[in-house]
Amino acid sequence: MITRRMILGTLSAAALLASTGFSLAQDKMYIPLVSKGFQHQFWQAVKAGADKAAAEFGVEVTFEGPDNETMVDRQIDMLSAALAKKPAAIGFAALDSQAAIPLLKQAEAAKIPVIAFDSGVDSDIPAATAATDNKAAAALAAEKMAALIGDEGEVALVVHDQTSRTGVDRRDGFVEWIAANKPKIQIVAIEYGGGDHLKSTEITKTLLQAHPNLKGIFGSNEGSAIGVANGARESGKKVVIIGYDSGAAQKQAIRDGLMAGAITQNPVGIGYETVKAAVMAAKGEPIVPTIDTGFYFYDKSNIDSPEIAAVLYD
Amino acid sequence: MNATTDKTASTASQLSSGARLAGGAQQKLLAFASLIALVIGFSLASPNFFQVSNIMAILQATSVNGVLAVAATAVILTGGIDLSIGTLMTFCAVVAGVVLTWGGLPLPLGLLAAIGAGALVGLASGTFVARMKIPPFIATLGMMLVLKGLSLIITGAKPIYFNDTPGYTEISQGSLIGLVIPALPVPNGVLVLFLVALAMAFVLSRTVLGRYTYALGSNEEAVRLSGVNTNAWKMAVYALAGGICGIAGILISSRLNSAQPALGLGYELDAIAAVVIGGTSLAGGRGTVLGTLIGALIMSVLTNGLRILSVAPEWQTVVTGAIIILAVYADQLRRQRG
Repeated sequence: MITRRMILGTLSAAALLASTGFSLAQDKMYIPLVSKGFQHQFWQAVKAGADKAAAEFGVEVTFEGPDNETMVDRQIDMLSAALAKKPAAIGFAALDSQAAIPLLKQAEAAKIPVIAFDSGVDSDIPAATAATDNKAAAALAAEKMAALIGDEGEVALVVHDQTSRTGVDRRDGFVEWIAANKPKIQIVAIEYGGGDHLKSTEITKTLLQAHPNLKGIFGSNEGSAIGVANGARESGKKVVIIGYDSGAAQKQAIRDGLMAGAITQNPVGIGYETVKAAVMAAKGEPIVPTIDTGFYFYDKSNIDSPEIAAVLYD
Repeated sequence: MNATTDKTASTASQLSSGARLAGGAQQKLLAFASLIALVIGFSLASPNFFQVSNIMAILQATSVNGVLAVAATAVILTGGIDLSIGTLMTFCAVVAGVVLTWGGLPLPLGLLAAIGAGALVGLASGTFVARMKIPPFIATLGMMLVLKGLSLIITGAKPIYFNDTPGYTEISQGSLIGLVIPALPVPNGVLVLFLVALAMAFVLSRTVLGRYTYALGSNEEAVRLSGVNTNAWKMAVYALAGGICGIAGILISSRLNSAQPALGLGYELDAIAAVVIGGTSLAGGRGTVLGTLIGALIMSVLTNGLRILSVAPEWQTVVTGAIIILAVYADQLRRQRG
């Protein structure tokens, strides 16, 4: 039976909860990060950066992402669940920025600041973007490749996928730089291995078979790069390999000289800057709209230098 | 996938091994002819295709999928399906990593642990299907997700490397045959695939377990009514398939010198495609390991050849899909006529 006292009691309890909830929210902000992935070492490193910032600023951070970079629908579900929890701010690495626009508008209406990370969103809703300039980074990979093969010959790419922003940017960044600067270098093949180590290995072996004069291969993420190194080793053919990101196997391949070098982003920095910007945006402090988290080329010579070692992960 | 549909009438003839082998021979011939046609076609189209190094690469690329397809064949013959084989492969690789790299135990123990873990998980799936009457599709779909999660949890979503286990990469990449005949550097992974296929072919054609595997897929009810403990045999088949997934797990982790916890999802579909191209009926009761082996080779030849010809990656997948449909349609036509 519902008595008036019960209703009153419930109401006052609710009021109490609401007020403490408000003060709690000010004590410990809740900031969910919806990422593009979770399992790969790169994302684990982003998460480590986010956790570091969370501890430093005294906020609560959660980190989740779909199984692979094609699961746009799964990611949209995660974003909408995160928004439903009325967070102080939200970090979002869009797999498909168009698909997320309705939800981002919802966030804007609810005055929840959005910080884009890893790659940008085609919208002016995010208060800031913390990302690597993937096109510029891949152009640097192309430049290193050109220098290592003597500015001429056949080159191929093993890319992680053909629809995600990072896949497209890294492919285009590499291809466009070669086209604009090195007319004597031909790009004879661009294959997609889904970032799967084994598939990228098979692709590489086939590429080396199909193009006996191949001088260089660019692997566009950790799984692709390791696959390229595996494939070249198994084929026993000498080819210049430029990779991307790090991970224990890739670092080892560079130390062994199997891989000439790789581009590394700053995943820990991406996670850290995202949370930092989210905290500032939630407090209404001004933030820089574009946070370039930087990238580096590393090879045998500088892999152990403090500047590089700090951004590599196992 | 219902075993008791329209095959009751033909059960008697299917159970007699003579009729089964005759039908099997014809269907293998068809698949084999397609394989040869593909090889000839690609060889004519590109001088880079038919070379020892490329043939070895194709065989090596078949090893993991081939072993998984052999595992899938046994389960499909019973009229069931196992969707968990891809993630089970990864799970077994992780178990090997835990035992060898984290535990520092000797190599044979790691291999046994991987195969044993596979067999145990297979036994669990078999129990869900046989005793708890959960449809195989659902039971193994659930198992697929459970294993995927467990692999990530155990490893903390980080790969386990086998740098401390000397010789581990030799399991798949070395070449025992090449040591004896230097002109024929067949990778060990391929040797393992052929041994696994040979063993499974023996089990299916020469043992009681094999006979019941076919019988379960032809008419489970008839087998049960004749006093056979169908549940126990079915569980044995799933456990056998699981153990073989353990071998696949060893092969892939040896190839990559690491257990990659995020891999595995999707590998079951490639394996099932190889089984189907090889002429095994998804309804169960009809099919052979040799057919599966040919099916797996067709898939690798196709993938390799299209890449050698620089066919755009998007079209490669379209062609592969079309070939799967064509292969099964050709098989249907032949059976309607027969």
